[in-house]
This record gives sequence, C-alpha cells and structure tokens, in this order.
Amino acid sequence: MAQAETPSASEIDRELTMSRAMVEAIAHEMREDEEVFVMGEDVADYGGIFDSTQGLLEEFGHDRIMDVPISETAFMGAGVGAAMQGMRPVCELMFADFFGVCMDQLYNNMAKTTYMSGGSVSVPMTLMTAVGGTYNDAAQHSQTLYGTFAHLPGMKVVVPSNAYDAKGLMHTAIRDNDPVVYMFHKRLMGLAWMPAPEGPKTGVPEERYEIPFGEADVKREGEDATIVTLGLHVHRALEAAEGLAEDGIDAEVIDLRTLVPLDTETVLESVRKTGRLIVVDEDYHSYGVSGELIARATEGALEDLEAVDRVTAPDTPIPYSRPLENEFQPSTDDIAAAVRSITQ
Amino acid sequence: MVGHNTLQQMYKEMVTARYYEERLQEEYLEGKQPAFDISAGPIPGELHLAAGHEASGAGVCAHLRDSDTVTAPHRPHHVAISKGVDLERMTAEIFGRETGLSKGKGGHMHLYDPEVNFACSGIIAQGCPPAVGAALTAKKRNTDDVAVAFLGEGAISQGAFLESLNLAAVQELPVVFVIEDNDWAISMPKERVTDVEDGSRRAWGFDMHGERVDADDAVTVYEAAEDAIGRARDGNGPSVLEVQVHRRMGHFMGDPESYRPDEDVERAQRRDCITRMETRLREHGFEEADLEGIREGAHERVDEAIEWAKDQPEPEPEATYEDVFTNSPDDWPERPSREVTATDGGEE
Ligand SMILES: Cc1ncc(C[n+]2csc(CCOP(=O)(O)OP(=O)(O)O)c2C)c(N)n1
Ligand SMILES: [Mg+2]
Repeated sequence: MAQAETPSASEIDRELTMSRAMVEAIAHEMREDEEVFVMGEDVADYGGIFDSTQGLLEEFGHDRIMDVPISETAFMGAGVGAAMQGMRPVCELMFADFFGVCMDQLYNNMAKTTYMSGGSVSVPMTLMTAVGGTYNDAAQHSQTLYGTFAHLPGMKVVVPSNAYDAKGLMHTAIRDNDPVVYMFHKRLMGLAWMPAPEGPKTGVPEERYEIPFGEADVKREGEDATIVTLGLHVHRALEAAEGLAEDGIDAEVIDLRTLVPLDTETVLESVRKTGRLIVVDEDYHSYGVSGELIARATEGALEDLEAVDRVTAPDTPIPYSRPLENEFQPSTDDIAAAVRSITQ
Repeated sequence: MVGHNTLQQMYKEMVTARYYEERLQEEYLEGKQPAFDISAGPIPGELHLAAGHEASGAGVCAHLRDSDTVTAPHRPHHVAISKGVDLERMTAEIFGRETGLSKGKGGHMHLYDPEVNFACSGIIAQGCPPAVGAALTAKKRNTDDVAVAFLGEGAISQGAFLESLNLAAVQELPVVFVIEDNDWAISMPKERVTDVEDGSRRAWGFDMHGERVDADDAVTVYEAAEDAIGRARDGNGPSVLEVQVHRRMGHFMGDPESYRPDEDVERAQRRDCITRMETRLREHGFEEADLEGIREGAHERVDEAIEWAKDQPEPEPEATYEDVFTNSPDDWPERPSREVTATDGGEE
C-alpha cells in the first residue's frame, strides 16, 4: 500500500468537511467491494441526518444504501449476521444515545462473537454513530459514550477529529476484519445548520489511504504539559494551548484518534517529557476515558509525573438549558485553567 | 355522541396547540436568521412540531382525567395541551427557564407534569413500557385509571412497542396505544418500512383489539377512543388505536424535506383537521362568532404563557449538579488553585 506516500492534510489544497471525507471513503470502498453496503435510518433519501451518507443513494441505489425500519435491534443484529457471512456492512446508529435499544446485539453479539467462536468467526462490521452535545439536545441526544464503548471488550473504537483522519480511519474501519465503532462528533461534521469550529475541515487526498488504528496524533508539540483528548475537544484543547502560549505555557496536545486500540506509548513519551498530564473528555467523569488515561500514565510513567488533572463532563445526565449545558461541557477556558493550575 | 361542550373543548385545545406551535416556531427562528444555527436563539436544540396532529390529542384526551397517565413521544405539544399540562411551565421549560416543568433540564422532548400524569421522551417507542407500568399500577391498586401511550407510525416497528403489546395483553392491562400515522418517519415513508398498511393490525397478533381511524377528524377519533378507553376502564383489556394525521411541517424545524414530494406536502396542507373541526362545529349549530371567540381566547392564553415564560429567569449553572444521585464535582479531590467553573466547593 502506498501508505508512506500519502500526502498530509497540510500538503493538500482540496479541503473537505468531515462528512464529505467520510462519504468519500465509504463510496470508494463500495466501488471496490460489492459486499460493502450501508444500513440505517434516513441514510438513503435524506443522506443521513448528519450528512454521513449524503449523495450515496444517487450512486448506489436503495439496494446498497438501505433505509431500514426503526428497529435497531433487528438491523444492528442483521448487520452482525451479514458480517458473520463475510459481508462488510456499515450500519448507522443515528445517535450513539440510542445504543440502549440494541445493545445486546452490539456487545453480546457483535463484540463477542469472534472470541466466543475461538476466532473461527469474524465480524467485519462498521458501526457508525453520531456523538456529542453543545447544541442543547438534552440528555437523550447529546452523549458521547466514549468510555462505554471502549470499556466493553471486542470492539475497536474510533473517534476522528478532522476530515483527513475521518477518511483514513473510515477506510481502515471498513477493511478491518473486526467490528469497529466509528464515532463522529456532530459539531465537527460541517453541517450547514450546526457550524463547526475552525479545524475539522482539512485538506484531504483524493486517493485511498488508511490511518492505522492505535496511532495517536501529536497535534501540537510542547514542553510544559500534555493535554490528551479526542473528538471535538481536540479543537478546544488546541485553542486553549494557543492562549496558554501567550502566557509562556507551552502545552502539547495529543489527539488519541482511536480509543481501542489505545496508543499508550505516545502518551507516555509526552508525559515523560512534560511531567504533567491533563486529560480532556466530553464524556462523563467517572469510570471512563479520563480515569483510564491517568491510570496508564501512573502505571507507565509514575516517576516522571509531577501533576495530573482531568477536565471532563460531570457525572450528571446532560441538561437542556443553555447555561446548564455550558456548565456541563468542558470549555476552552476550563482546559486553560486546569493547565495553568498544574503548571504554576 | 359527542356533546356540545366536548366539541367546544376539543376545538379549543386544537386551536391552542396550533397557535402555540406557530408562536414557538417564530420564537425558535428568532436568532436563527439569516443562517439557521440549531444552537442559536431563544429556543435552541431540536423542535418537532405537531401541526396536523391535533385531532388525535384532542379526541383521545377528551376521555381522560388527571389521574390517567399519558406518555408521548418527541412530538408532544398537542398531546400535552389536551392532557392539561401546565402551559406556562411547559413553555418556560421549552425556553430553558428555571421555572420550567423540569427547571430547564428537559426541554421540549422531555416534558414531565406529574400533576396530570404526563411524560414524554425522545427515544422511539420509549413511552410504551412505562404506560404499561402505569396501567399495571392501576390494576394492582384497584383504581379505574387507564394509561395511554402515544407513538408515531414509525415507532410500531420498535421492540419496545411490540413487547409492550404482548405484556399488556397477557396481563389484561388498562392501556391504549395510540398510533399517530402521519405517513412519515423523518424521511422514510411508511411503505418503505412496513408491509402492513394498517398499523392497528399489529394488535391482532396479540389477540388484542385494534382499530384504525382513517379520517383525520377529531370527532371520529373521539368516538373510537371512547370505545378503546372505555374498554380499558371497564377492565376489558388493552387495545391499539391508529389515527391518520398529517405532518404539515418538516420532521423538525430546519428539515429541508428534499425527500418529500410537493404533492404530499400540499395534501397535508389541504387536509387540515382544524378546518374539518370547524365544519363539525358549524353542523352542531356553532356560529362564526363562537368559533372566533374560542380562537381569540386560545390565542390570548398562548400569548400570555409565552410572555410569562420569556420573563422567567434562566437556571443557575450550579443547578446542573442537582436532581441526580451522583459523584458530584464537590467530591472530586481538591486541586490547588484550580478555577473550575462552579461548585468547586468554594462556598463551604
Ligand atoms: C430508538 C430511536 N431510533 C431513532 C430515533 C430517531 N428518530 C427520532 S423521530 C424518528 C422518526 C419517528 O417517526 P414516527 O414514529 O412516525 O413519528 P413522527 O416523527 O412521524 O411523529 C426517528 C427515527 C430515536 N429518537 N430513537
Ligand atoms: Mg410518523
């Protein structure tokens, strides 16, 4: 594969939104492999509520871009079954929050089949799902659930923060022989009705390229503190780092890109250099990504660690009203304040 | 037969709901111009309007009392209004205010008014099992209360609905499932997601009574609901009632509806349950001035509720941590000089 020759985002003039980049990867895989197909609610004529399948119907028709009844247990389970037959379904769960109505198929079937079969059956399914808040959609439509999916063994978990990664990770996900949960943040998609921050729209090569799972991306190098994060908060962390730089605090920002597998080594390397770790996570505070990252840092770099902190959502359901959701969401200011307090 | 007062009451609820949503739409779009940004304006987030569904809420709820339970889905306003939910506090909730039904925590998809046993929620068919639970409670306590679960025609393919039918049937519970068939589940037309045109036939597989009302007409709904709710109240078990309604708007505000044929939109506009109700009222001897009077009264009440709601204070950020059993940030370890946004234990 021409992996090494693929140009980086900054070398490419053609800029795409994250949704366009995802669609491009899915379309490419569908052209190359008849056995790739898409199933979900409103994926065909609507093109995905968050544009994740926009334009695919026109090229591939209803047979391969399948609108399905609001029966998540049935169609997610059918995705698992088709994948067990060797097909490569891309199944969309419209909001990650809806996992509750189909979780048995996902974690008892999709995630465990390979292991329970002693490796004799694989499940090359991609579960694509929208995550995240910041637009006042309240407790049942705003969760990220990163920690929930990453906690349960048997699924790879991918969280792109920009168009370049979104395309490369989607190619890897569809070709992977294991189930992959591909979680895209709504605020990053470049939707006309939900403006994205600066950052997720990037240069994207036209050719096919893969981004290997388990390779975090150091978005900004720094000497004083390591900020580890993912998804939307990569952009908030970078913004915080800019502000901190003006005050002479030099923060490193790491985008995890995949939670399973997790690139512990890149995090440890950075922590050994800076001595200070801040984990930023839009997911709930307890028993999740932030706790896991801090545990790994203490296991692997205890002697180098001078300070740790985490900036996360609290352990509450997500409130609707704007002042409440603003309080709930880890902000750029929260990140900057946390970094300041442990670098002083 | 539907009486004079009931007719008047149903019409009042229907025009209240219609005007209420017209006003909400205005408020929602304020701050979302020229470019539509879902998180901007006085009402942020998703907004699912029920214009064209009013006959169902009015016709069914006319048979309910406060102690009867109603669960509704993501498109709840007309049902809430007909069930007698506190209009002021519901509006304050939609505006995210402190005095809202849920202190601003729920928003328009998560309205709870325990005074009249109303709740709605945003996951498809989620309200069906709790309605069964309310019916179970009525049976265990020997009251003659009933429960009604409202849902869309798209929701009848969901396990939570089908499992609820079976449980309700085998336990002979006083619950009615009301399917509002507006032909669409977001962009998916009914025929793409089910081969059964009449959703009430789902009931037959559970040996349960099922009936469909084809006319988008509150009086016909009223008559069918009288039968279904009467059956439940008299201890004769659950049933399914499907009601043809029309979606006059997009699925939610901001829906481009590019998937929807123009003729379908026009048909929904033409077939207005409120116009139909006005004809009914005239047939029953109501004068134009009577109708005008009812409408004016409804508009006034809505305008007052919206004015009141907009005057209410926003919740304090600290309220985020209340009403939940949790490890609150107050219990997070103290870190030196960390200025987090709130509840850092500062006031202790
Ligand atoms: C379990 C679940 N799946 C999907 C959704 C997303 N969703 C919200 S409304 C809707 C369509 C519902 O259609 P219908 O039940 O007919 O109600 P209508 O919107 O037409 O009133 C969908 C798919 C959801 N909220 N919950
Ligand atoms: Mg519908």
